Amino acid sequence: MSIRRLLTQGLIVCCLLLSSVPAHAQSSDDQAQTLLQALADSSYADKAGAINDIAKSGDDRARGWLDAFANGKLSRIEKSGQFVIVLENRGRNWTVADALTGEPIGEVSRRDLDSIRINNSLRRDLDGILAVIDLTVKDPARRLTAARALRGSIDDTMAERIGDLLKDEDDSRVRDALKEAIAIHQVQLGDVSAVSALSGSLNSEARSALTAATRSDDPELAAAAKDALKKIRQKLKWNHAAETLYFGLSLGSVLVLAAIGLAITFGVMGVINMAHGELIMLGAYTTWGMQQLLPGQPGLALILAIPAGFLVSALAGIAIERSVIQFLKGRPLETLLATFGISLILQQLVRTVISPLNRTVITPDWMSGSVMINEALSLTLNRLYVIGFALVVFAGLMLIMRKTRLGLEVRAVTQNRAMARAMGIKATRVDILTFALGSGVAGLAGVALSQITNVGPNLGQNYIIDSFMVVVFGGVGNLWGTLVAGLSLGTINQLLEPWAGAVLAKIVVLVFIILFIQKRPRGLFPQKGRAAEG
Amino acid sequence: MNVKRVIKLGLSALAVSASLTATAADLPPIKVGILHSLSGTMAISESTLKDTMLMLIKKQNAEGGLLGRKIEPVVVDPASNWPLFAEKARELLARDKVDVIFGNWTSVSRKSVLPVVEELNGLLFYPVQYEGEESSENVFYTGAAPNQQAIPAVNYLMNEVGVKRWVLAGTDYVYPRTTNKILEAYLKDHGVADSDIMINYTPFGHSNWQSIVADIKKFGNQGKKTAVVSTINGDANVPFYRELANQGVKASDIPVVAFSVGEQELSGIDTKPLVGHLAAWNYFMSVDNDANYDFIDSWINYTGNDNAVTNDPMEAHYIGFNLWVQAVRKAGTTDVDAVKDAIIGVSVPNLTGGYATMMPNHHITKPVLIGEIQDNGQFSVVWQTPSTVAGDAWSDFLPGSRDLISDWRKPLRCGNYNVVEKTCGGKEKVAAN
Amino acid sequence: MTRSPNSAGMWLARPFTERSTQWFLGILTLAVALVSILHLALPVSNPLHVSAYTVTLLGKYLCYALLAVAVDLVWGFLGILSLGHGAFFAVGGYAMGMYLMRQIGDRGVYGNPTLPDFMVFLNWDQLPWYWHGFDMAWFAFVMVLLAPGLLALVFGFLAFRSRVTGVYLSIITQALTFALMLAFFRNEMGFGGNNGLTDFKDILGFNLRTDATRLGLFIATGVALGLGYIICRAIVGSKLGRVSIACRDAEARTRFLGYRVERVQLFVFVVSAMLAGVAGALYVPQVGIINPSEFSPLFSIEVVVWVALGGRATLYGAVIGAILVNYAKTVFTGVMPDAWLFALGGLFVLVTVLLPKGIAGLIRHRKVDTTPETPAGKEATA
Repeated sequence: MSIRRLLTQGLIVCCLLLSSVPAHAQSSDDQAQTLLQALADSSYADKAGAINDIAKSGDDRARGWLDAFANGKLSRIEKSGQFVIVLENRGRNWTVADALTGEPIGEVSRRDLDSIRINNSLRRDLDGILAVIDLTVKDPARRLTAARALRGSIDDTMAERIGDLLKDEDDSRVRDALKEAIAIHQVQLGDVSAVSALSGSLNSEARSALTAATRSDDPELAAAAKDALKKIRQKLKWNHAAETLYFGLSLGSVLVLAAIGLAITFGVMGVINMAHGELIMLGAYTTWGMQQLLPGQPGLALILAIPAGFLVSALAGIAIERSVIQFLKGRPLETLLATFGISLILQQLVRTVISPLNRTVITPDWMSGSVMINEALSLTLNRLYVIGFALVVFAGLMLIMRKTRLGLEVRAVTQNRAMARAMGIKATRVDILTFALGSGVAGLAGVALSQITNVGPNLGQNYIIDSFMVVVFGGVGNLWGTLVAGLSLGTINQLLEPWAGAVLAKIVVLVFIILFIQKRPRGLFPQKGRAAEG
Repeated sequence: MNVKRVIKLGLSALAVSASLTATAADLPPIKVGILHSLSGTMAISESTLKDTMLMLIKKQNAEGGLLGRKIEPVVVDPASNWPLFAEKARELLARDKVDVIFGNWTSVSRKSVLPVVEELNGLLFYPVQYEGEESSENVFYTGAAPNQQAIPAVNYLMNEVGVKRWVLAGTDYVYPRTTNKILEAYLKDHGVADSDIMINYTPFGHSNWQSIVADIKKFGNQGKKTAVVSTINGDANVPFYRELANQGVKASDIPVVAFSVGEQELSGIDTKPLVGHLAAWNYFMSVDNDANYDFIDSWINYTGNDNAVTNDPMEAHYIGFNLWVQAVRKAGTTDVDAVKDAIIGVSVPNLTGGYATMMPNHHITKPVLIGEIQDNGQFSVVWQTPSTVAGDAWSDFLPGSRDLISDWRKPLRCGNYNVVEKTCGGKEKVAAN
Repeated sequence: MTRSPNSAGMWLARPFTERSTQWFLGILTLAVALVSILHLALPVSNPLHVSAYTVTLLGKYLCYALLAVAVDLVWGFLGILSLGHGAFFAVGGYAMGMYLMRQIGDRGVYGNPTLPDFMVFLNWDQLPWYWHGFDMAWFAFVMVLLAPGLLALVFGFLAFRSRVTGVYLSIITQALTFALMLAFFRNEMGFGGNNGLTDFKDILGFNLRTDATRLGLFIATGVALGLGYIICRAIVGSKLGRVSIACRDAEARTRFLGYRVERVQLFVFVVSAMLAGVAGALYVPQVGIINPSEFSPLFSIEVVVWVALGGRATLYGAVIGAILVNYAKTVFTGVMPDAWLFALGGLFVLVTVLLPKGIAGLIRHRKVDTTPETPAGKEATA
């Protein structure tokens, strides 16, 4: 503890020096080398001191070193003892630059590099220090992030310094966060008066500090903290309900996405497409492929993967339809058999051609993290996008089915094939297009799923059964049914999960489906009229 | 053929220890069975182990084979199907007459194969960390027992990181169940209260971690340093870590230490948000050691993929294969009983700069390393045991197995000897010996 | 309604007069006898010797064949496409597995005389109530029939009463087996979780690891398959069977004619589930493990694929399909471990496209077709 304090004290002073005053004293490279050597050679416990020395040195490259150190990218070339910053650390040879001059050196074998190691507690300290520095930058957003990060991790010296900064701070949100940070610190010290400042806070560090305070020896403090916690819990209840609902909707939208393509191929065309899961998988692999084609631009690749994934899966769907399913007209059950075979082939194809291992699909920055509604309720961004995406895909499909010529023809062919043909509709063409559409939508689901789960050969298998459940629960042949079924099954599952645990929740949902089908043998939205007997 | 002649040839060949191709071609090859799933759900983990074995065998053959004979791999695919594992093991032993089997990943597949290997008196090298509570005369456990992975990791968190509250999260099967049981007992022995331990089990391939991660966050907000000990298996990890990152759980706040996440699993994840989370293994690809670099280089050359990664079970196969080779040399034959006796006490270098020794309980000595995830999908070692730890077949922290030991040397020859009752429990045939 | 007007003897004797049954039983008996003789009479060194490994393997195929016959009974003759028959198979298997577990007695690794190892392992202090009785062979064997039968009865009662048909029925059978799989995976259930039940020692006092016991089990499986086949043929040939075929082809019409369709369906469904249970019970001692993966929906789908491949609504087609696919699996996984799924998948696709009536269709090509054609419209929902 004392080491940490000493360290932060020293660091704050010199970091402020660094950030406010432009570099004036360029220390000699020899001195820098000695500093880094000390950092490299000391044990974890002593590294704190070495960091301190580096910061105190007043060298304007210190920030860069510490940054690299925090990210595990500060290394030393084994033979020459030259310190380098690693720029690219994948593969056998790493690209490095000289830590002292900043000049690129080129590729060095991993064997010849000794990386200067860091662990969590050092990283945490460094983060705090960097946050304090960030409090003085111009950009209020960065100041806010820094201020928020400081909550729960400050000590006396920092508190003092923050108090000074608070006076000049004009952004109200930053002020609030800083005040809260100080209040948390005071509660931690046992100051009863600070409790009131935290009583409305939803921040987890504040809650953490209050919970700790309830165990305090000071009865007054304990009582005050308990009161404050009670108020917070009241507020949290609603947030939890909203959170659970969000979890449910997001799981539901995943189910909808996975099932909606099947709702077309299976629900509308009557093809029991066991390869549906693999079509989803193809979409996910397309996303991976796009990211490989466009290295460094995962976001763009992801967006381009949407049409590409649709196309790849749709083409695969057409291939399946032309090569197999068209020969099974009037024998839809046998499509189960054939498509089961296709699904085995596709899985093994991916294993052989690409790899049996999972592939990394990068989440672009704009999709990672979460949107904070308030301190206790944040919605994870990737899932938010998936919910939106599911709704857009659904709306698009509804449009196609209701408003376009193709949709009209599809409905005509499903309801009465012979009659539709008599009316001049090319049933074969409609079959191909419908199957391509359903398959393509599966591909879209794959693109979305690549942001949530593994991209591997087994991806499809994990979703195929759920997809069939959703379609049947909603009522075969009814897109609205699929939407409602997916969302409601997702929500039920998430409502049950805190009570029953993940496994039991799933079992209960399945039993629910079984019982529900007894009540309504044709799903939520049964097809009416003659089509129902098809 | 004349066994003696073979041995003699082998020994003389050893003595010359150089180009043996002439003799090697004349003698029937030594058969090594490789029993790893190449399709189905486990292919994701096991298929690289098959390639590892093929690489090791190729290398051994290039160096002149073994006992002057070539080694011939026999690869089968048990397809992640547990009964099929037993069937394939029987096929390897009874039909192909392999001299040794390297294989299995999941506990259930090992349990399925175990009776077959015992019945047909085969040899099985099992390369994955497992729950312990087993010792078979015919199986050699080159992966970690719980005391070689879980307990040191918890010690590290308790002593070095100051963790006071524990989430034990795992997939619902025997390895996490047992490990968590052992850890729970261990933590309580060290004064952790019941209310400071949260245990959570999820099904295989669980992909919806939203509420569990939210629960972990809540559990961690109680004013005490909290850590997650994860025995979550394979495929479920990617969505778990993604959810952690998205819900803003940082390693500096709530570190997750995983026992089933290695370089290979990380190669399927975008690791930037995971930096600082931990894993406990007996080997990391990043270990700075020449033997390790050589191994990595030969692996990269073998796979032809510059970004191919190595991991702990691969090292276990490396050790297991070398132990077996040494034991065969020592025994001068591939005969199962002779090798079984010869291998105990054999030491071979591991890839982390130490030695792995086969103990009488058929477990090996291993160092325990704790690594933090880096943004390049590698681990940086932050702590390691000062010396190697011997694997313990029977945990000292479970009431049922506290008094059991395993010793396959003469005269005891017992996998579950009760030191209090002085009896060898279970199997009749063992008791009869 | 479920009783045939013929006397019971006639009902059961009828199959023996059918040409296809005679052929089937003849070939089955011959095959079992041949394997037994080749195994026992010839020395190991003889190339024609059938090893214990092969005997067990064949025993496993026969178990699968019996399961396929059970599936064909409901699918081929009742029009119910069950995608969850693996559940009955596994429940039967678990009943047998529990008996075998209890037979281990104190020979487990912990030496506990009553508790199976996995319970000691998880610190259970007493046997759960549903494990009682399984130490007695007769009880376990009754449960092998009763447990899947009961499950099918309850499930079928609910489903058929409310006239769940077609794909809805298929999917809820799948939900059933999926839910059971998840449940059995849970260690709290007391069935050994993912590891299931394993490391069996002996059955009815015979050591499971001896070749003689293996051969005995193989012969028992052959007999069970023969019996199961006769029972199915008998049902199919009886009046009940004709009603069930009528249900398959035109359920509503049959109902309007005054038949209690749901009772017929329930009866056939329960019989089929029991047959599947017996298959599972014979499977477990031969493969040496029962674990929740037998509940996996994909396994159940695979069984349907065997039946379709062999030829639906023939019964012997189901046997051919099951044996052929599993033999192919055994060979392919050994010969081309990296590519066997291509071969298997390709086989499924080719057979479907080129042989619409399955392999049995080839055999029947020259004979008079006795099975009524299924109208396409019906199949669309079946």
